[in-house]
Amino acid sequence: MPGMSISEMEEMARKCRVEICKMTHRAQAGHPGGSLSEIDILCGLYGHRLRVKPDDPDWDDRDRFILSKGHASPGMYAILAEMGFISHEDLKSYRVKGGVCQGHVDMKWCPGVDFSAGSLGMGLSFGMGCAVAAKLDGSNRNAYVMVGDGEIQEGSVWEAAMAATHHELGNLKLFLDCNGIQNDDFCEAQMRMFDIPAKWNSFGWAVKVIDGHDMTSIVEAIDWMDTIDDKPAVVIAKTIKGKGVSFMENNPAFHGAAPSDEQLAQALSELGVEV
Amino acid sequence: MSRMAATRDGYGDALLALADNSKVVVLEADLGKSTKSLHFRKAHPERTVSCGIGEQNMLLVAAGLASNGYIPFASTFAIFTERAFEQMRNGIARPNLAVHLCGSHGGTHTGTDGSSAQSIEDLAIYRTLPNVVVMHPCDDVSTKALTMQLPGLGSPSYMRTARNKTPVLYDGRESEVEIGKGIVLSEGSDVAIIACGVLVHESLEAAEKLSAEGISATVVDMHTIKPLDTDLIDSLSQKCGAIVTAEDHSVIGGLGGAVAEHIVGSNPVPMEKIGVQDRFGESAGAEEMLEMMGLKSHHICDAVKKVIARKV
Repeated sequence: MPGMSISEMEEMARKCRVEICKMTHRAQAGHPGGSLSEIDILCGLYGHRLRVKPDDPDWDDRDRFILSKGHASPGMYAILAEMGFISHEDLKSYRVKGGVCQGHVDMKWCPGVDFSAGSLGMGLSFGMGCAVAAKLDGSNRNAYVMVGDGEIQEGSVWEAAMAATHHELGNLKLFLDCNGIQNDDFCEAQMRMFDIPAKWNSFGWAVKVIDGHDMTSIVEAIDWMDTIDDKPAVVIAKTIKGKGVSFMENNPAFHGAAPSDEQLAQALSELGVEV
Repeated sequence: MSRMAATRDGYGDALLALADNSKVVVLEADLGKSTKSLHFRKAHPERTVSCGIGEQNMLLVAAGLASNGYIPFASTFAIFTERAFEQMRNGIARPNLAVHLCGSHGGTHTGTDGSSAQSIEDLAIYRTLPNVVVMHPCDDVSTKALTMQLPGLGSPSYMRTARNKTPVLYDGRESEVEIGKGIVLSEGSDVAIIACGVLVHESLEAAEKLSAEGISATVVDMHTIKPLDTDLIDSLSQKCGAIVTAEDHSVIGGLGGAVAEHIVGSNPVPMEKIGVQDRFGESAGAEEMLEMMGLKSHHICDAVKKVIARKV
């Protein structure tokens, strides 16, 4: 619901972090680290800008949000529950047979999900298709996409990056969740990406680098994206994997590992939950 | 002498004819001149999305358009669609987005470009994907007729077209062509030859030769490989008691594979497969390739005699 205050969005992010920890703990599987790194941006986007209708999730003229790093689904489900697309009870269905909260976000299963992700490097191209469709419709709706930093090692991301500039898609907006860690290890060890902003600059994108955990910076970046209408824009958000839970922060072990009972208790305590 | 035409021309004609539907959009990967989507591009540049030489991106841009209510037609060489197989699988087939993918220059009949351009596995790989309709028509008329039906399909599709010209069979018979329904082109009771694409004509030639030897063959144009017309196959296996499949495609997993998979569970009559024998092609003329790969009418005749000898 656009129009939330900074403090309201910060509080929403705290509540989402709690749910991320609970979901992955309940499932004893999933990806808490990347969910915790992305969640402030998701809260800023949904709370400040995204034009969607939770009671009409298939509204044709909605803004699209495509979570390309589909493994970070707990973060997505948490914000969808906060927005009212799904219930908090639905969050218990994460990775459970028949549940709307599939392991990776899936448009066929969950209201409010615009793309069936799970295979990295696909969301930006899909978002480009949504942006082209909006232009053909004569609509001013936007397509927002979020990718991870490890994800941009996929070559097809750069096919999309080049094509989006060629087609002058000012309605395509990308968030890059730069948490510095991928599945096996730190990105620096797996595949050094050197100057990421320079790469996007050289592909003709409007580029802004921010602290992806500072809500004021996130809101300002979203407003800045609105001012770009002749080319695609990317916000490169410096984030911390596992942000908000001390033992998960910057720890590659929590890319794809669930907290134990004791770890959950500690995490909830750190997130201000009274037990 | 029948009119000669390439199936890719039927595809190009169909796109142009479909343009009245404002939701139809075309995506290209720098091969529109070859796949024949260029006619649509020239008439409707505002609804044509150039994706450069980037097939993976093209397929998912198409998926995004489909999710926004558009009817995307994307094309490139059959072989180059294959590098975007996972995009087709995860981004299109899985969410059942009605993207229509056309792979031109399929099969060894593609000829002198050589083995890198001769897809012999496209039908097999796309046939494994749930929700995806797979077609390989034999002439420009049926290609156009099938393509014209795609906006009403509501699910994704893959169609292989061919580079080179083949005899036209369906002039004035467009109404006989329907997705999912095999077409009986000649009736016979000793064997059923089930063919697709370029080899439909070879099969008709084979039936003529066999007729002179007293063997009567049914010839079917099985332009839709998935969903397979199993009712027709069941009736043919009952009536003829032997089947030969014929395709310019690997004998593994294509039309022959599909027919074999079906009859083994219904009426396992003797069957022989004409197709590329688990090898790659090379540079040669289209007709030379068919000869080299064992796909000519005389090869089909040999297979028919072999399969009839296996009948009990």
